[in-house]
Amino acid sequence: MNVTITVNGTPITADVADRTLLVQFLREAGGLTATNVGCDTTSCGACTVLLDGESVKSCTVLAAQVDGSAVTTLEGLASPDGQMHPVQRAFHAEHALQCGFCTPGMVMAAVSLLAENPDPTQDEVRAGLEGNLCRGTGYHHIVRAVLAAARAGREPA
Amino acid sequence: MIPAPFTYRRAGTVAEALEMAAESGEDAKYLAGGHSLLPLMKLRLAVPEVLIDIGRLREAAYVRDEGGHIAIGALTRHHDLATSGLLASRVPLLAYAAGCVGDPQVRHRGTIGGSLAHGDPAADLPAVILALDATLVAQGPGGTREIAAADFFQGLYETALAPGELLTEIRVKRPESAGWSFQKFTKRAIDWAIVGVAAQGDRVALVNMGMTPMRAVAVEQALAAGLAPEQAASHAADGTSPPEDINATAAYRQHLARVLVGRALAQARARG
Ligand SMILES: Cc1cc2nc3c(=O)[nH]c(=O)nc-3n(C[C@H](O)[C@H](O)[C@H](O)COP(=O)(O)OP(=O)(O)OC[C@H]3O[C@@H](n4cnc5c(N)ncnc54)[C@H](O)[C@@H]3O)c2cc1C
Ligand code: FES
Repeated sequence: MNVTITVNGTPITADVADRTLLVQFLREAGGLTATNVGCDTTSCGACTVLLDGESVKSCTVLAAQVDGSAVTTLEGLASPDGQMHPVQRAFHAEHALQCGFCTPGMVMAAVSLLAENPDPTQDEVRAGLEGNLCRGTGYHHIVRAVLAAARAGREPA
Repeated sequence: MIPAPFTYRRAGTVAEALEMAAESGEDAKYLAGGHSLLPLMKLRLAVPEVLIDIGRLREAAYVRDEGGHIAIGALTRHHDLATSGLLASRVPLLAYAAGCVGDPQVRHRGTIGGSLAHGDPAADLPAVILALDATLVAQGPGGTREIAAADFFQGLYETALAPGELLTEIRVKRPESAGWSFQKFTKRAIDWAIVGVAAQGDRVALVNMGMTPMRAVAVEQALAAGLAPEQAASHAADGTSPPEDINATAAYRQHLARVLVGRALAQARARG
């Protein structure tokens, strides 16, 4: 079927099989490969993107289901002049990654979390990221980065 | 992993969904949030020929105060239940339990209707609906009918819904007793309950203790007979036949049920 999804502000239209998953649409029709497939069973969160501003696991959403909606991937976070998003900057500054495979999903989940709760406690950050697995960092630096991004978001620029 | 081929159709209204189901027959399935159905389809454990997407029926996504009861649209997502101010004040058990389902991404997609219609004994909201003694509203070609929560769950993944029938609303009366508790025992936060307990006053229901979500009948009877909560809780596993799996033996689940019902009754009384 013909599906149009506005990805990072740009409409992408493609004629895809009805069973096409959103993550395939993004990677194959959109050529946007930051969104990773880790487990493919809705467990790891590596494929997390924002659907109308909220985190979802794109391996468990059909492209057809979100026809006409707006999706944001990691590629869409930085500003047009290349300035990184505050959450990206915080991940960089706090060294919140080792191999980096979970990072795109982790960053998108963090952006969604901070949109819902701009001033989370450490426990709220951990609960907010429970859908995202990381096998390297042990999570401490990730949690620190999200708290730092929240702090940065509260300080006047 | 991708699902086997199917034809995707999207319903714009409840009436259209029912029509599409009538046209498509036995091999069609409704798709709500897709967070039970799509994982099964990717594993090829479900191979429907037609998917009827009801995920955009905004007319069926709401939490409303109807005076005598709270009405919840079947397409209301877990996230919207968990953050509903109306539920937090009137049916806190449901709001709290919805916030314990899966993880934030799952709660942004999954719906209460899908969770109930799926009929999984390991799911959280079916037990909550039993403890609240809710009424479910279903619409089919023949019209609308009400089903008591106690009559809804009939077997493993089996409910009282007829083929093509759509669950549209869940109605919850103001609980007679305000005290509530939801106990979910997991190894990691994201996991499904190894055993769970929902309690509203002296009404108690169990997660993952048999083929269906169930009321803890022996506990309720013991309470009604005047037994103290600690004694009543010792009956939590009576008549249950819990599954054995990688997480727990049946005997361990029965032990957990007694411990968790004890905690649930104590917490519900403290809140009552
Ligand atoms: C990683 C992960 C973790 C999870 N953890 C938990 C957990 O801890 N606890 C828990 O309770 N659940 C958990 N779930 C399941 C989640 O709650 C699902 O969202 C829910 O079970 C199904 O809701 P849905 O809207 O996604 O339904 P769908 O998957 O769209 O549908 C499920 C079934 O119900 C039918 N159906 C859906 N809506 C209707 C309707 N209105 N009328 C008639 N039939 C209908 C469909 O045809 C299908 O057969 C988890 C899921 C995932 C992927
Ligand atoms: S790839 Fe989607 S959750 Fe792991």
